[in-house]
Amino acid sequence: MKAIPDIACKPLPAQLPSQLPPPLWDARCKACWYVVFIALLTIASFWSLDLQWGKFLSLDAIQKMGRFVAELLTPNFETPFLNKLWWATLETLAMSALGTLLAVVLGLLLALPASHSGAVRTITRAALNALRSIPELIWATLLLIAAGLGPMAGTLALALHTSGVLGRLFAEAIENSEGSPAMALRTSGVSELKIFFYATLPQIMPQLISYTLYRWENNIRAAAVLGVVGAGGLGAMLSFHMSLFQMAETSSVLLAMLALVVLVDALSYWIRKALG
Amino acid sequence: MSSPNRNRSNAFASVRDPAFLRRVFWLALAAVLLWPMLVLSEFKIWTLFSAESLKPTLKFLADFFPPKLEPEFLLMVARETWRTVAMATAGIALALIFAIPLSLITARVLSVSGLAGHMGYGSAMVRTVVRWLLIVLRSVPELIWALIFVRVVGLGPTAGVLAIALTYTGMLGKVYCEILESSDSAVTHSLLRNGTGRLQAFFYGLLPQSAAELTSYTVYRWECAIRSSAVLGFVGAGGLGQQMDASMKMFNGSEVSTMLIVFMLLVWLADRASSRFREGLS
Repeated sequence: MKAIPDIACKPLPAQLPSQLPPPLWDARCKACWYVVFIALLTIASFWSLDLQWGKFLSLDAIQKMGRFVAELLTPNFETPFLNKLWWATLETLAMSALGTLLAVVLGLLLALPASHSGAVRTITRAALNALRSIPELIWATLLLIAAGLGPMAGTLALALHTSGVLGRLFAEAIENSEGSPAMALRTSGVSELKIFFYATLPQIMPQLISYTLYRWENNIRAAAVLGVVGAGGLGAMLSFHMSLFQMAETSSVLLAMLALVVLVDALSYWIRKALG
Repeated sequence: MSSPNRNRSNAFASVRDPAFLRRVFWLALAAVLLWPMLVLSEFKIWTLFSAESLKPTLKFLADFFPPKLEPEFLLMVARETWRTVAMATAGIALALIFAIPLSLITARVLSVSGLAGHMGYGSAMVRTVVRWLLIVLRSVPELIWALIFVRVVGLGPTAGVLAIALTYTGMLGKVYCEILESSDSAVTHSLLRNGTGRLQAFFYGLLPQSAAELTSYTVYRWECAIRSSAVLGFVGAGGLGQQMDASMKMFNGSEVSTMLIVFMLLVWLADRASSRFREGLS
């Protein structure tokens, strides 16, 4: 016979110990302090910024906004313009793909010392953090000086930022990989490079691919925007037409950006599903 | 005499590397795909090392050290750094105001008609419309929103705050909805079946189990917002980015290097603060 679970036999306490709900404020409660800190930060933020809500909600601004939206709703679909748009879209795609590819190579090169030990590790990790903490757009403006206007600055900017991100992820993947195959090869006298290619790399390959795909997806969004500072692609077209107040063209560029992002999202979702 | 020898050496090669042909094929395919990409992105790496680009670059980089440390400049940097943080915080606060109701509307767990199996026609349509709104809000990058708002409200932090608010409404709304839907729905459903309102079902059924996750995601997004608010300055939304842009246009390396260091410190601090906070929650 199955034993009746113990919990059912336990008699209920005659009287539940009465317990008041916790007080609203308690100096020992960490979360309370956090909440106060966040509230103060928010209030200080709104108070210190000279936000012009009046200007934003004024009749003039609303009319401007309305006209803006109305103009945006009539995209330019003429063939020569669409042709240009098509090439800019391809350029954005190429920038993102090439930037990601360069980042994989650079990231792997940096991940090897970063997954080592000692001073090398500390120094490379610091370099990876520096690469990562500066956004693509700031890299692009810095690189414009060296590479000049155009998509190459954008590609290099994507490569630098992404190699910081990927390098760290790769280093973690290498550190977490199983060490015994490498040890087996090392004891039979195989060189370190071969050990990496035949023992470590095959293990981290699935992670490497999934991280790379994920970053590529991010980089397409970034590449579309980088042109705003002069680094080529769809963004360059957008800022050009917007500064001339050519709203029909701006609207088409925006649509192309949206389509690109949605397409890539769908594609990477599909690849991820196919890979399991 | 020589033919069995060659055969053996061929066999030997295939034993050494069984995937040899496959590897060669993929490498060749990659090279074929790489070529148009290099052309399209005008990737001519040697131009980096030509004299006319190397000289200004080296001069700019040499200017990086020492960073500019004059008191009034540092004071200005501190003020702009605070502005960057404030823009991010205000933007996230506004985003919360919009994202919470929108995610409550889209969450399928809180649907009363959905209890019967399939949702009513009207409510399903409202959900789809709100979902699409969220997708559009987050698909347009914040920099583009900022460009648009700079045209409408003029230069300054208002455009930046609005841009962050709109993009992050889309992101937060979507993820909040996902968190709510992935939590255990038994309590919520039994509350709804017994006739509580949807808000009550949310507060007593859903919120207690997912509050920590919701807060931790919000704090993580606040950290991201600080990064993007610095970037928004480049299109004229104020803060650290705008000063950096101005200094870069004047090729002032020492100012740029100070601001880059401050920016990295800021990102690091935000990262520390947000991970401390999230550790405290779990």
